[in-house]
Amino acid sequence: MPPRRENSAKVEYDLRLYVAGQTPRSVQAFANLTKICEEHLAGRYRIQVIDLLEHPQLAKGDQILAIPTLVRTLPEPIRKIIGDLSNKERVLVGLDVRSSG
Amino acid sequence: MKQTRKSSQSLDRALPKCPTGIAGFDEITLGGLPRGRPSLICGGAGCGKTLFGIEFLARGAQDFGEPGVCISFEETAEDLAQNAVSLGFDLKALERANKLVIDYIHIDKSEIAETGEYDLEGLFIRIGSAIDSIGAKRVLLDTPEALFGGLNDEGVLRSELRRLFRWLKDKGVTSVITGEKGEGTLTRHGIEEYVSDCVVLLDHRLQSGVVTRRMRVLKYRGSMHGTNEYPFLIGRQGISVLPITSLGLSHKISDERVSSGIKGLDEMLEGRGFYRGSSILVSGTAGTGKSSMATHLVDAACARGESCLYFSFEESPDQILRNMRSIGIDLGRWIKKGLLHIHSTRPTSYGLELHLVEMHNLLEQHKPKVVVVDPLSSLMSGAGDNTNDLTNMVLRVIDRLKHLGITGFFTSLTSGGHAAEATEVNISSLVDTWLLLRDMESDGERNRVLYVLKSRGMAHSNQLREFLMTKNGVALRDAYLGPAGVLTGSARLAQEAREREEASRATRESEERKLALNRKLRTAEAQIMALEAEKQAAELELKAAAKDEEDQRNSVLTQRAEMARSRKVNSSPKAPRPTAKEASI
Repeated sequence: MPPRRENSAKVEYDLRLYVAGQTPRSVQAFANLTKICEEHLAGRYRIQVIDLLEHPQLAKGDQILAIPTLVRTLPEPIRKIIGDLSNKERVLVGLDVRSSG
Repeated sequence: MKQTRKSSQSLDRALPKCPTGIAGFDEITLGGLPRGRPSLICGGAGCGKTLFGIEFLARGAQDFGEPGVCISFEETAEDLAQNAVSLGFDLKALERANKLVIDYIHIDKSEIAETGEYDLEGLFIRIGSAIDSIGAKRVLLDTPEALFGGLNDEGVLRSELRRLFRWLKDKGVTSVITGEKGEGTLTRHGIEEYVSDCVVLLDHRLQSGVVTRRMRVLKYRGSMHGTNEYPFLIGRQGISVLPITSLGLSHKISDERVSSGIKGLDEMLEGRGFYRGSSILVSGTAGTGKSSMATHLVDAACARGESCLYFSFEESPDQILRNMRSIGIDLGRWIKKGLLHIHSTRPTSYGLELHLVEMHNLLEQHKPKVVVVDPLSSLMSGAGDNTNDLTNMVLRVIDRLKHLGITGFFTSLTSGGHAAEATEVNISSLVDTWLLLRDMESDGERNRVLYVLKSRGMAHSNQLREFLMTKNGVALRDAYLGPAGVLTGSARLAQEAREREEASRATRESEERKLALNRKLRTAEAQIMALEAEKQAAELELKAAAKDEEDQRNSVLTQRAEMARSRKVNSSPKAPRPTAKEASI
């Protein structure tokens, strides 16, 4: 899994995906997220993947309990989505992304 | 399971304990919480669960060199630290010293959406990193059930909590998990199912207008523990649980004797007083001198240089001092010397538990040799209607004192109507020596008598003695046994006077008789002397008479011979007769 994927265009959606090692669930979550973002937020998002096994101290800042957790730091307010992001509709609602087609 | 094999071996070795440092708790659990295992502390809101956990961590960090991690699901680190200050713990300082980590875990349902599968690995990682950062040995999870309010998937939560507790166990940390009491269950979401090693229930309830806190060890797998409800208190020094200090009757006893301070009473107790470390109860009706006896004991102990603690529930220290001066005992000097501490409180000012805790604290502080509780019975008002509580409390006090080898002196006020032997609190069986003070009414006055109802381990006197309060303290008089029973007071005085009079009369009479006899003797002697003189005189006379007779005979013969010579006749005895006759005519 690449540690981060950045899109240098103007970033509207700043997303952090917290995982703990490369578990199937984490891989699945990342794949789901990328797919949704490419479909709905192409060019307007940035995903940062944080592996808590490597940086356990980072869990405190975003109040991470569940793995995987997706944190939307931008736009504000902060939103969190936990789970493997398998339900696209709920992810979109969670990210507050209007389905633009 | 592994534990079953272990627990079949020696319990002590199979189950190492982790001392909590919470006063009293380690005693009822015989050492503390199970080391390396999770324990559940549950109870209603405000029962002190969090404080229990915080004290467990803070004591561990301060006193046992075991750093701790606090994972709080309800209060922020700031709030926790602030609350802990009231118990005398500086959590911030412990954090700075790397002895404590506080992590506040907050879940806001409104900002979380759930989609798909997840687990709580993040929580594990956080706890794990906190533990590893300071090498923690103790963990507090303050109400992890709060997670149920933040996450929807109860099934996941349950299995994850179960996994968490096992994981903590595998990590070898001793953990305390708090849980709010639910309806019909120990915790709201029944997590007690997953924490099966040790469960402690805290409780606070209102009784007769006084809140008392209780603690009970519901379960302690693989270990003996006290099963009673123990009152506990949250004070300035944290939580104090008040167990019957040792679960067994195994205090060391002493053969040493201590004087009661009253000579007459010592005499009644084999002449040597009470046993050191024994508990003494004095019961009596109002004004029979119970406090005065206590004061004597204290005075004697202080005079020996021993420290004393006087709990007064009726009089202020000054009042005690003044009253005791009136019977010639100056307690003020002992207070000045720091040997005597008088602690006066109203029995109603707080509940029994607090009294008990106060006593415990003062015992710790002053380490006395003699403790007076005056009067025990007025604590009744603190106990409300529940005499059972009072008995329990007294038992705990007595037990504590015995444990520490302190001589305990308790007074108990018996109400006039009752039989004197019926002490309200039924503690008679708990005490070693029981003295009874009684009023005796006769001849229009009321007098005090004292007797020893029982005194374990000594051949005490069975005599009823009169108890007098003089300007020089309490004095015991041999009660006077008259034909009509025991005489006291002026009846005794009158009887004594009568006796004295009789005795003196008897002496006088015998003197007189002696005199008379002497006189008689002397008279007889005088008579004897007179007769003797008479006898001597008679003898002399007799001798003289005999001599005269001889002289006469001699002279007659001489005359006759001369006459015969002159008449020149042959001497004839008849011849001089007529002459003699003529001469006599």
